[in-house]
Amino acid sequence: MIARLHFNKHLLETPFYPRTAPLNKHSEWGAWSGHLSATGFGDTEMEYTAIRNGASVYDLCPMVKYRITGPDAVAYLDRLTVRNVAKLTPGGVHYTVWCDDAGKVLDDGTLFRHGPQDFLLCCQERHLPWLTDATLGFEVAVEEITETIAALSLQGPCTASVLSAAGWDVSSLRPFRMTKVPFDGTTLTISRTGFTGDLGYELWIGPAHALALWDHLFTAGAPWGIRPIGSDALNMARIEAGFLIAGMDFIPAEQALREDRVRSPFELGLDWLIDWNKDHFNGRRALIRERESRASQWSLVGLDIAGNVSAEGSLIYHAKQKEVGYITAALWSPTTKRNLAIAHLKRPYAAAKSDNLWVEIYALRELQYVKLMVPARITPRPFFTPARRRATPPGRF
Amino acid sequence: MTCDALIIGAGHNGLVTACYLARAGMKVTVAEKNDWIGGAAVSRELYPGFTYSNCSYVCSLFRPEIMRDLELPRYGLQILPYEGGVVFMENGDYLGMFRDHDANRREFARHSPRDAEAYDRYSRDIMRHCRFIRPLLMRTPPDPSSFKPRDLSELAYLGRKAMELSEVQISDMIRFWTMSISDFLDGYFESPVIKAYLAVSAIIGTALGPMSPGSAYVLLHHYMGDVDGNVGAWGFARGGMGAITQALKASLEASGGTIKAGHGVEKVLVRNGRAVGVELDNGETLHATRVISNMDVRRTFLKHVAADELPSDFVRQVKRFKTRGSSGKLNIALDAAPKFTALPEGAPNLRGDLHFTDTVERMERAYDDWKSGHFTRDPFQDVMIPTMIDPTMTPPGKHFMSCFVQYAPPRIEGRDWTDADRDAFGQACVNQINRFAPGFKDLILHMEVRTPRELEAEVGLTEGNIFQGELTFDQLLFNRPVPGYAQYRSPIKALWMCGSSTHPGGGVMGAPGRNAAAEILRDARMGIDMSDAYAVL
Repeated sequence: MIARLHFNKHLLETPFYPRTAPLNKHSEWGAWSGHLSATGFGDTEMEYTAIRNGASVYDLCPMVKYRITGPDAVAYLDRLTVRNVAKLTPGGVHYTVWCDDAGKVLDDGTLFRHGPQDFLLCCQERHLPWLTDATLGFEVAVEEITETIAALSLQGPCTASVLSAAGWDVSSLRPFRMTKVPFDGTTLTISRTGFTGDLGYELWIGPAHALALWDHLFTAGAPWGIRPIGSDALNMARIEAGFLIAGMDFIPAEQALREDRVRSPFELGLDWLIDWNKDHFNGRRALIRERESRASQWSLVGLDIAGNVSAEGSLIYHAKQKEVGYITAALWSPTTKRNLAIAHLKRPYAAAKSDNLWVEIYALRELQYVKLMVPARITPRPFFTPARRRATPPGRF
Repeated sequence: MTCDALIIGAGHNGLVTACYLARAGMKVTVAEKNDWIGGAAVSRELYPGFTYSNCSYVCSLFRPEIMRDLELPRYGLQILPYEGGVVFMENGDYLGMFRDHDANRREFARHSPRDAEAYDRYSRDIMRHCRFIRPLLMRTPPDPSSFKPRDLSELAYLGRKAMELSEVQISDMIRFWTMSISDFLDGYFESPVIKAYLAVSAIIGTALGPMSPGSAYVLLHHYMGDVDGNVGAWGFARGGMGAITQALKASLEASGGTIKAGHGVEKVLVRNGRAVGVELDNGETLHATRVISNMDVRRTFLKHVAADELPSDFVRQVKRFKTRGSSGKLNIALDAAPKFTALPEGAPNLRGDLHFTDTVERMERAYDDWKSGHFTRDPFQDVMIPTMIDPTMTPPGKHFMSCFVQYAPPRIEGRDWTDADRDAFGQACVNQINRFAPGFKDLILHMEVRTPRELEAEVGLTEGNIFQGELTFDQLLFNRPVPGYAQYRSPIKALWMCGSSTHPGGGVMGAPGRNAAAEILRDARMGIDMSDAYAVL
């Protein structure tokens, strides 16, 4: 029940706020799905370093979460999303997308299977009408439960060590699997998932136990320099990992004003998720048409750009003349020492004609922008994929 | 003495036309029947120390391109966005609207979690329709029966715009233009009060109910404006709606134009099929190279132009042009801010539109009363207290309240309104507010009640229709006001139209006045810099 006086606070504090607020030295907060979310804690570079060197903690609470339960949950999710949900065993997690009838991507997200008939769908955007309308004919219930779960993302090469020090042995936990452990009189769910492309875990618990979890984790993690991070540092890591964010790297189909802004899974490089052999799923017919008539207009690619000036928001040209694409995310990557970007390119400039690509960058040099035209080449994503990400059992660091 | 352009009526459109023509170098005179100027965009002191926006009361549609071209900010125009809005419900609860996206979502979720997450797609779809229609506001509609290169190229422009749409969007658009707002909202929402709030824009000023086909388009008309790029947002003109026409007056006078207020035009003088001036109600004659009427099309041609000067087919169509009035207005000076029991202390919603009708069905029942020739006892009101934001209109702590009321028919069971009818109408509205804000009645220092009768007599709006003609699809674009005369010209040479009876219609938009000026200047082979329509997002 939402209180009538909710309007006195537009952005809610998450259950971890009593801990994160005093640590946020610059009071750097942004809005994420109606919540206060730290963009940084005062030193983005050190926060980023914690992700790649030790152990970092990111407050995931605002992520939109839908619980899907019922005897037809698998059939429903198979109809809704492009991936094969039947293959996702209880205790498993997979990344997936779902499309509208025209085969355009509505959102991406992670699907957690807690039980035979019990799923949690985590995503960036809100979809309750779409998700409930899609239940027609299925014995299934969909509930938005964002605020009933507190979640932390624990990421970095030492995170298995931190969890071990906290008393939770996750050495046998493989990527995209979950385990449940008792904690603080309740159950803590630990999933080996994350948004950094590194070794990492996500921890899920009832909001009442959030602070106990935080304290326990920070005590256990102290030897590894555990520190909270904001979304700026996380964004650096996720670009290196080549992950997409709805609303930043693509416009969700239900939000696009311009009809040419929507993208199919093919156009986002996500067609590998599609299970063509399962029964009908939403957008399937349109996607088959697109595949057979080679109607895809765009490609989503990784770019390696000359020089060291980050190319955020830049336009891409062929032979310095013809505009053929645009960049949605970019950074000078500290870990790979490359100037990286995620870009949308018109076909065929992502393949047959990809040899002569140039990026127009406005470089800020002492209050004055200087226009650069620098060469770029397509490079595989993820840009950074260390062995420790998948190693089971994970290393100590 | 002959002027280059004589404009009948100092409403906002007449003044917009006057300003553009004066800036292009024409000698311009505006004749106004009232002692004051402004038409329906007017601020008046009807109670000492209180400024009333006693006709139109909010601003969104007035085109920023015009404000900029005519330097209206320099002449004092300031638009203030307003905050929030609320529907008071019969069960004691309320639905608030909030400018903050998350606050608004949570408020919707109080009434329906599903609707809370449906609002974004609804807004997106409305915005898509806006993006198609809005660029047409600032263009002269093509004559589809003409082979003139200009008409053909304008038709081709429309065709190209339509071709850019997918099949899905074309069918969405045709449905949207023709369906009722009630049906449209049912496609997105389940909560009755959310639908009731959103249906409002579709019935304001319109002799349609929320269940009448065609009402969805009227909603779009009200969403096409913006406050500084915030599309669909509404605001107040600082100092009341008269601030718009006062700024236009100052801009006009700075370019050498003059306004003659106090005497109405009795008739348009026509010689050899050409307008040559006007005769005022005091017998004075004003000669002009061209006459431009800001009066509605029925008033202009049925009352002020000799019928024998007009083609009978044109007269027949003008007579059939629908100007059915549907609304009335209460303007109230308040001793203090009313206290609405349902609303928590500190809620920002009083700084927006206040409604008391919590279902679409109740709105439709009120429309039923209109159809049978009665004003309704359960009125739908769009109430504003601009002084919650604008400090210039009343002494501190006092307030001006504007109540726009539907439905009020132009005539009561076929007879004219009487003063007793008017007072009973006003009382029904006050009683409704008092139910949600006990003690409200005691705060009233002065009240003006306007029915369609008063709107016609004073502002000159035939049958009290606030849009100078209904915004139904049969009366839009190249059919507004009548087919063959949608390009601001009339059957009489040198007699032009610039009011809201012409494309794109009413709502204190200024676009008809601006488009008419563009046509007049083109005809006179005079150039002037006019901003093209700004993009929508």
